[in-house]
Parts: sequence; C-alpha cells; structure tokens
Amino acid sequence: MAFSAATANFNPLNTPSLRSHDNHLVTSVSPSPFFGSTAKLRLSSSPKFNVHRRSGSVVAVSEAVKEKKPKSTPNLLITKEEGLELYEDMVLGRAFEDMCAQMYYRGKMFGFVHLYNGQEAVSTGFIKLLKQQDSVVSTYRDHVHALSKGVPARAVMSELFGKTTGCCRGQGGSMHMFSREHNLLGGFAFIGEGIPVATGAAFTSKYKREVLKEVDCDHVTLAFFGDGTCNNGQFYECLNMAALWKLPIVFVVENNLWAIGMSHLRSTSDPQIYKKGPAFGMPGVHVDGMDVLKVREVAKEAISRARRGEGPTLVECETYRFRGHSLADPDELRDPAEKSRYTARDPITALKKYIIESNLASEAELKAIDKKIDEVVEDAVEFADESPVPPRSQLLENVFADPKGFGIGPDGRYRCEDPKFTQGTAHV
Amino acid sequence: MAAIFHGVGAAASLSLSPSNSFDSNKSVFSPRRSFSARKGASFAVVRSEGTVNLNLKGRRAQQLISNAVATTADSIDASSSSKPGHELLLFEALQEGLEEEMERDPRVCVMGEDVGHYGGSYKVTKELAKKFGDLRVLDTPIAENSFTGMGIGAAMTGLRPVVEGMNMGFLLLAFNQISNNCGMLHYTSGGQFTIPIVIRGPGGVGRQLGAEHSQRLESYFQSIPGIQMVACSTPYNAKGLMKAAIRSENPVILFEHVLLYNLKERIPDEDYICNLEEAEMVRPGEHVTILTYSRMRYHVMQAAKTLVNKGYDPEVIDIRSLKPFDLYTIGNSVKKTHRVLIVEECMRTGGIGASLTAAITENFNDYLDAPIVCLSSQDVPTPYAGTLEEVTVVQPAQIVTAVEQLCK
Repeated sequence: MAFSAATANFNPLNTPSLRSHDNHLVTSVSPSPFFGSTAKLRLSSSPKFNVHRRSGSVVAVSEAVKEKKPKSTPNLLITKEEGLELYEDMVLGRAFEDMCAQMYYRGKMFGFVHLYNGQEAVSTGFIKLLKQQDSVVSTYRDHVHALSKGVPARAVMSELFGKTTGCCRGQGGSMHMFSREHNLLGGFAFIGEGIPVATGAAFTSKYKREVLKEVDCDHVTLAFFGDGTCNNGQFYECLNMAALWKLPIVFVVENNLWAIGMSHLRSTSDPQIYKKGPAFGMPGVHVDGMDVLKVREVAKEAISRARRGEGPTLVECETYRFRGHSLADPDELRDPAEKSRYTARDPITALKKYIIESNLASEAELKAIDKKIDEVVEDAVEFADESPVPPRSQLLENVFADPKGFGIGPDGRYRCEDPKFTQGTAHV
Repeated sequence: MAAIFHGVGAAASLSLSPSNSFDSNKSVFSPRRSFSARKGASFAVVRSEGTVNLNLKGRRAQQLISNAVATTADSIDASSSSKPGHELLLFEALQEGLEEEMERDPRVCVMGEDVGHYGGSYKVTKELAKKFGDLRVLDTPIAENSFTGMGIGAAMTGLRPVVEGMNMGFLLLAFNQISNNCGMLHYTSGGQFTIPIVIRGPGGVGRQLGAEHSQRLESYFQSIPGIQMVACSTPYNAKGLMKAAIRSENPVILFEHVLLYNLKERIPDEDYICNLEEAEMVRPGEHVTILTYSRMRYHVMQAAKTLVNKGYDPEVIDIRSLKPFDLYTIGNSVKKTHRVLIVEECMRTGGIGASLTAAITENFNDYLDAPIVCLSSQDVPTPYAGTLEEVTVVQPAQIVTAVEQLCK
C-alpha cells in the first residue's frame, strides 16, 4: 500500500504541553495504526516538507476498530478511473468556489457566502464513496458538498444567484442547499443544527430496516460540520443518541482550526476532537484532511461500519480553508505562515502529483479535466445569468406542504383557494 | 356533595388535576411510583368563592365533574350506557388516536422522554411500546433540541414522527429546531422536503407546578412561519386533532393541557378527525362572542352558566386552531353579536389573544359595537402559592364581569 505517513503521529497545533522548546514536532500520542496500515502515500519526497507537516497518518483511538493488518507490499490505492473521478470532483469544487468569489464581487450574489477552498479532500474523499440513496447533511459551507453529491453545478449556481431554477427555487441561498433527488438534506445556517437532522435520517434508515422490514436498506448518513460545532450541545447529544442506537451515521469533523476568528485552541479545552468519540462508545479517528486518499481510506471503513449496522464513527479531518470564513471576512487573524504551510499541502496539487507519479494518467488528461471543468462552471454561470428571477407569486408557495395551513378566510374559503394566493410545491 | 355540585349557580371555578401532575424529569424526587399505581384516579376540586376546597377522590367524583364540563348540550344526563360510542378520558382519547394512526400507517412513530416503557408521563403512550416495539415508541435521552431535530430529519426522510415534550415548557430547549428547521425547511428547500411531524405535549398552568412547568408556549411559537398550532380541549377533539395532525403533511404543534387529561366524554366509535383549521362552536348565542381555547373553555362555560342565569346569551367558540385562526367561524359570530371577549391563558403581552384581537380588528372592525376585550393571564411567572396562582389565570368571575361590562 503506497500510503504515506510522513510523521506517524498527530500533533495539535501549538499546544504548549506538546511542543518542545526547540520547535520539533513532538509525539503526543503513540498511534495505534488504523487498519494496521503504515504504508505511505507518496506526496512529496522532500524531507523539509515532512518536518512542517502537522500530522501524518490516520490514528484510531478506540479499540473497536483496531485491526492489525500486516504491512502489505506497496501498490496503488486507486484505479485510474477512481483517480480521475476524485481529481475531477476536487477541481470542480475549487473552480466553482473561485467562480463564486468572482460573482460575489461582481454583485451577482449577496449575503453570506462561505467558500470551501482547501477542504476539497474531505468532501470528495467521503462523498464519492456514497450511493445516491445515502444522505449528506452539511453546514453553511455546503456548495462543494452539494456538487460532490451530484447536484448539478447549474442548479447550485442558480440558487446562489437567487434564480428560480436554483436547486431550492432561489428560496434557500448559499447556506441552504437541498436536493431531494440526491439526498442532500441541507445546508444549515446555524452550526450544529444539521447534526440532529442527520441523526434523524440515520434513524429512518434503521427504522426502515427493522420496523418496515426493508431488509436491504443500508443507507448511511454523513454529517459534516466544523471544529466550532464540536463545542455545541447538539453535537454531544447526537453522538450519544447515535452511539446508543447504533445509527448508520458518520460524523465528519472538518477541523480547519478556525471558527471565523476564533482559534480552535482558544475555545476548546481538549482540542483533540477525535477523542470525544470513545467517550460515547464510538471510534474516534483522526485523519489528514488535506490528503484525499487518506480521507478515502478512513471514509471507506467508517461508511462500511455504518452499513454493516455497527454504528457511528467520529472522524476528525484536519484540514484548512484557504480563504476567509466567508467572503465578508477580512481574515486578518490567521498567521500567513500557517496559511502558506497549508497552501503547500493543497489537496488538488497533491493528488495530481500522485496520479502522475503513479502513472495513472498523464498530465494532458488532467489538463483536459481542468478545461472541462472550466467549461462546466462557465456554463453554470451563463445558465444562472439567463435564468429568471422568482416572480412575486412564488412568495407564498412552499410555506406549507399542505397550503390549507394558511387557514380559512373570512369568506369561508381556504385562503389558498383565493386567486391572490398561490399554491403548489416545487418543480423537482 | 352532589347537592353542592349541582347547585352551582354562584360563580364557581372548576379545576381538575390529574394525580400525576407532579411528574417532572426536573424534580429532585420523583414520586412516580405512587402515581402510576393510581391509574386513572384523580381528585376534583370544586371551589366556590370563599369556601373550603373539597377533595373528592374516586371515580364517582369524576362522573359528577364530567357532566358539568360536558361539551354538547344534550349530554347532561349521567346515564349514557344506552348511547352509541364509548366513554373515555382525554388522555385515553389521545392514546386511541395515536394508536389508530400507528396501526394505519407503519411510518408513524413516537419519540420522547419516557414515552416507551414508562408509558408517557401523562399516560398518553401507555402500552404502545409493548405493542409496537421500542423503535417505534422511542425512549429518548434528555436532549429535547436534538431529538426534536432527529424527528425533523426522520420526517424529511419518510417517517411521520410524533415528538412528545414531557412538558411543553421543555420544548423551549427545542426552539432552535422548531423554528429553524421545522418551520423553515419546506420553504428553504424550495418545497423538496416535507416535514409531517407532530409535536405535542402538555402545557398551561397546572396545580402549583411552579413557574417553569406552567408555561404557555403557544405565544412563543405563533410567529414561526410554516407551522400550524392547535389546542385540544375535550376528548372528542383531542382524538380528532391528534389524528388530523398526524395525517397532515404540515408540521403541527398540538397543545394539550395538564389539567384536562382526566376529562371524560363519550366519543364515537367510528373513525373521525377534527379539521385542523376550524374552530368549534361550543354554545351558540346572540349577545356576545366569547373566544377561548384549551382549559379556559371550562372557565368560560362556568361563567356562561352564571351569565345565562343573569339573562345573557353568550356565544362560546373554542378556537382550537391557534395558527391559523378560523376567521370564518369567528367572523360569522362577530357579525352576529358585534361584541367580542377573548379569554385565554396566555400572558397579556404577545399572546394568542393579542394576535386574535389584531386579526379581528383588521377584518371585522365595522361589525364591532365595542372594543374587543381580551382577558389573559397576568404577565408574571406563575407563582407557586395556590392563592397567587389562582389570580394569575382568568377566573370565571372575571369573565362574568367582563361580559356585563361589554354588554352595557
């Protein structure tokens, strides 16, 4: 297995107790290898690169997933098709977000827009392993989750432009991406709000299997959220319930170290989020979230665990956002040195290198994908531009699934029967 | 005792308290065992001005009480064995409605604290876990926000959950999920996801339950767009509203009242539902429209007896649908009587009565001969002391006075 662990330990950033005075990375936890894999992913052979890496291989803390596997001979982790799929998905995410930034500054979209640049490995690494019927629940940083799950770029861009052809008819916006067809259950503006919803989706999966006797229902739910959310009550309450009932869910923490301007270390008593899993009786895994192949490895096992009915997993992905919290964030608090450290670990560059060095595909093929994605994104913008804005009559549609909920008017008729009221549900 | 009871001509207030009204997961001791043993037993307190409370225990007291609060004019007589339908208590009616819907549709499930093995702190889900299993009647940990959110997620993905708040007040902890997700997700998803959830629980001022257990959440939830709110007040409409709420595709919040669970009534055997958007005509009349809901209905009916004796003819409407208002029934009544009195248990500020006053003024101002009078609870945290608690809520005597003033 060609799986790289530059340093086989996890070192939380700048924690005093773990940092020696001469600035060496100190081993904080002696890692028990996740699946026994100590093989290395060759991302860079330069030693100085390795010294600056904060973390290396995947570390599992819980006993439950300890599987001792012998070291296997190095071979490729992915096939060519898989590699190109992963590459294309990450490039789509990056190009789309960059286009969002452009469009925002040109006044095509407004409000709070949170971009995912730098974190693509997490979305791609996890979501590309899912089936269509599996569910994904995200946060306000949800454009790329939507794209990875299969929502067309056109639909997402239109939604951002507030057009009626958007995936939510323009009614949701950047922070509320939903897709029934692709089982994307949101898009939530408040942090932590989606985690119970994800728990509910996982509950439905279990219910279908055990109560409705759909014996082959093995739908899994992924809940994505950030480091800031891990201090929120809903997170813990759901960890408890998911572990208690062995719900088919994976809790994916996108730890990018910053909650707007609040450093993870300044707000969290124990910054090692993966440790919180075993406290609830589920495995807690830490993974390098800048490395899509490592994320994919971990995701495979976590998702299979859930599918087998063994319950939830907490996966902490150490990642970083290259841009500010949102397009309105001046991003003044983050150390440029920290930023450049992570920019050097750009997941797309890393995967590209891997693909080329493993001879999975040529540079030309990858460039072709780049070009294709550029066209997809351009097309999405054009489509969104040309789409109509929602008419006034759309205002009251979709407030209620059953518009009788607007009540009975003074004339005895249901309000929704009044021609001035509109009714109906979204054209999905 | 019967004489005292039937001779109610003077203003009297009637209150019922179920024996398990002290159940609370927040209390230090939990005298639950003793309560659960007394299945269905309750005590009734008939209070008239100035006299000592009488505690009557046992079923006979219940029969007396139930006659007095009978909702239809023709069920005054006690001998009802020859009539069609079956008699039951309000909490049993809720349970029946819930059970029938769970049998009808396997996607209906219940979630809440102590709904399963315990049978519900007010016994609404009694025996359901044994019948349907632990997953369909799910005992949750004490995490209202999260299990309400879980219910919403389950509703989005195909189930039809009924979430129980052990006391409505606890749902304040779930406000985030109720407001943000329950009410909004159908809209922000552009209509892609429906949330056919029912959120129910007992609220209102009970018998010295203290401030936190005596809250009226209908006033807090009423602004949330995308939800419907209904309040039940009789076994008949409790079962009907429960069934309608479960069958509705919209999220519905069903408000029950702690003191009404042991009301007895004869209800039909056949399947029926009560329309979620309609109000209920309790007593037709000519002189004044009295709009009320939930427990205050009974205070109003007590006052109505006095008023009738004094020569007034009040029209009493139980609005039932707290959001949206049934402006048709209400409007017709206003057009007939030209005088409106609202009697509610919400607080003065920002309650259902305040909204109703605004709605009636907007729509029917031309038909009013006098300003709308709204009697609400005092803007105070409900005190523990019985005497203070009594004056916190609207009493029949106040209703009588208000009508007399209105009809001058």
